[in-house]
Amino acid sequence: MSEFKRIIKKRKRQDFAFNIVGILCTLVGILTLGALLADLIIDGLPRLSLAFLTSYPSRFAERAGILSAWVGTLLIMVVTAFTAVPLGVAAGVYLEEYARKNWLTNLIEINIANLAGVPSIIYGLMALGLLVYQFRLGQSVLTGGLTLAFLILPIVIVATREALRTIPQGIREAAYALGSTKWQVVRHHLLPYSLGGTMTGIIIALSRAIGETAPLITIGALTFIAFLPSPPVQSAPPFVSFDWLSSPFSVLPIQMFNWVSRPDQDFVTNAAAAGLVLIAVTLSLNAVAILIRYRVRKRIKW
Amino acid sequence: MFGENGDHTMSAQTEFESQIPSEVRARESVPPEDKVKAEVSGLNFYYGKLQALKDINMVFPANQVTAIIGPSGCGKSTLLRCFNRIHDLYPDTRYEGKIILQPSGINVIGPETDPLEMRLRVSMVFQKANSFPKSIFENAAFGLRLRGIKGEDLKRQVEESLRLAALWDEVKDRLRDSAYTLSGGQQQRLCIARALATDPEMLLFDEPTSALDPIATAKIEDLIFDLKRKVTVIIVTHNMQQAARVSDFTAFMYLGKLIEMSPTKKMFENPDNALTEEYITGHFG
Repeated sequence: MSEFKRIIKKRKRQDFAFNIVGILCTLVGILTLGALLADLIIDGLPRLSLAFLTSYPSRFAERAGILSAWVGTLLIMVVTAFTAVPLGVAAGVYLEEYARKNWLTNLIEINIANLAGVPSIIYGLMALGLLVYQFRLGQSVLTGGLTLAFLILPIVIVATREALRTIPQGIREAAYALGSTKWQVVRHHLLPYSLGGTMTGIIIALSRAIGETAPLITIGALTFIAFLPSPPVQSAPPFVSFDWLSSPFSVLPIQMFNWVSRPDQDFVTNAAAAGLVLIAVTLSLNAVAILIRYRVRKRIKW
Repeated sequence: MFGENGDHTMSAQTEFESQIPSEVRARESVPPEDKVKAEVSGLNFYYGKLQALKDINMVFPANQVTAIIGPSGCGKSTLLRCFNRIHDLYPDTRYEGKIILQPSGINVIGPETDPLEMRLRVSMVFQKANSFPKSIFENAAFGLRLRGIKGEDLKRQVEESLRLAALWDEVKDRLRDSAYTLSGGQQQRLCIARALATDPEMLLFDEPTSALDPIATAKIEDLIFDLKRKVTVIIVTHNMQQAARVSDFTAFMYLGKLIEMSPTKKMFENPDNALTEEYITGHFG
């Protein structure tokens, strides 16, 4: 009897020990993130104001703002989303539903998974050679947006395929058994039912792209820019303009990078404030992704 | 004791094999020419190198319920799924032989026949209720929408099919609700309504009640029994009582071959084949 008690006690001690180790390991991650956020908030929050969001960069730290940077980020994201989403979703649907499963598609599949792991600066080099020098698109919003689109394309493809795979085969059979063509099955069933998973993947991918610095510096994004691209909506006919696509740009992380590298402490404070804005945008994107996933899961239970 | 038992089963298996007739003619079941819906001749089916159906020859009478029974893996679902060419969705599948539908004379598995056409003409109800995550109305309407039916016609035909599937009274006030708010049995009847809406020539049931409780099962069985006035029905079932209750003819399959096809009453009271009797009385399978 006492023998059992001794063994049990010993094993419970081990249990308890791992419990403590586990808590410590978890804390390392959480505390680091907390400290980072706290540091940013302490440094940056007092600097945040409407004027900071609506001013151009300046030689004087107290007059400098992030207007051109956040507008640049927004425009780049628009280009990225409008190219990466249709391309990625179409490729994902093709690979999952249309392509025959053979060695060639296996090879493509492995390579797409690998592409998701290629360092982002490599995409920057590729874009510099292809888009800037070869296609002469310039160091423009279009080039920047396309570069980030290449970067997140594999993530969108993989997310689309994963989302399609969660749809039970019985649903496909039911739709085909009624006489649907492949496109009708995709259009009326697979795309709507996989929307939650696909959207989540797209938003996560965009929130990765929004923080990218290296590839944009590689293609020659500006670090100091005191004007905005021409607005997409004009007062005179034809009312819509695409001149903004060829405009030079900066983005939030590059603006931060620029400020951090200055000796003046006030600029470092500016960088912290810009960082807060960036983190707020990223976290809200992730929140939207979680919300979509939650709502779709409530509606569709397989 | 254990080993002895195993040996017994083994020898029984080989004994059964020897009883499989090389060719089956369902003599008593052959109806007059104009009462034939489908005629299967020399049907072989392969999944890759595996032959799942071996020289099937049989006749399905029009406006009757034919049940296909047999142990797991005997090929009964495979045979059923030939009729709407659903096998064509998967790679490495191959048909040989003929399935002629009357009165049009179309060969279901002929290379000249478009699988899409067969799926528009022959409907199927699956083992697991696979209603779409859409509204009840949209579920019943989907096959009609594929045919370009709209507006009042669509509403009328949806109502008609829901009435045929004995579901209308339960759902008429909640057609816009998600199909997933229905119970399992109701969902299966919704799948039947969806299959019926397009006025098919044949209706295929693949173990439609295996996931349902006895009350829901009874409702579906009643429905199948009534439906034969409108459409020719083939039902694959594991449940021999079900075959006895709903069908007019029963076919028994074993190891990819048709062993016997007879009127259901004769099949269960006085089967021609010793193997059929063994199966029906529960000696194997």
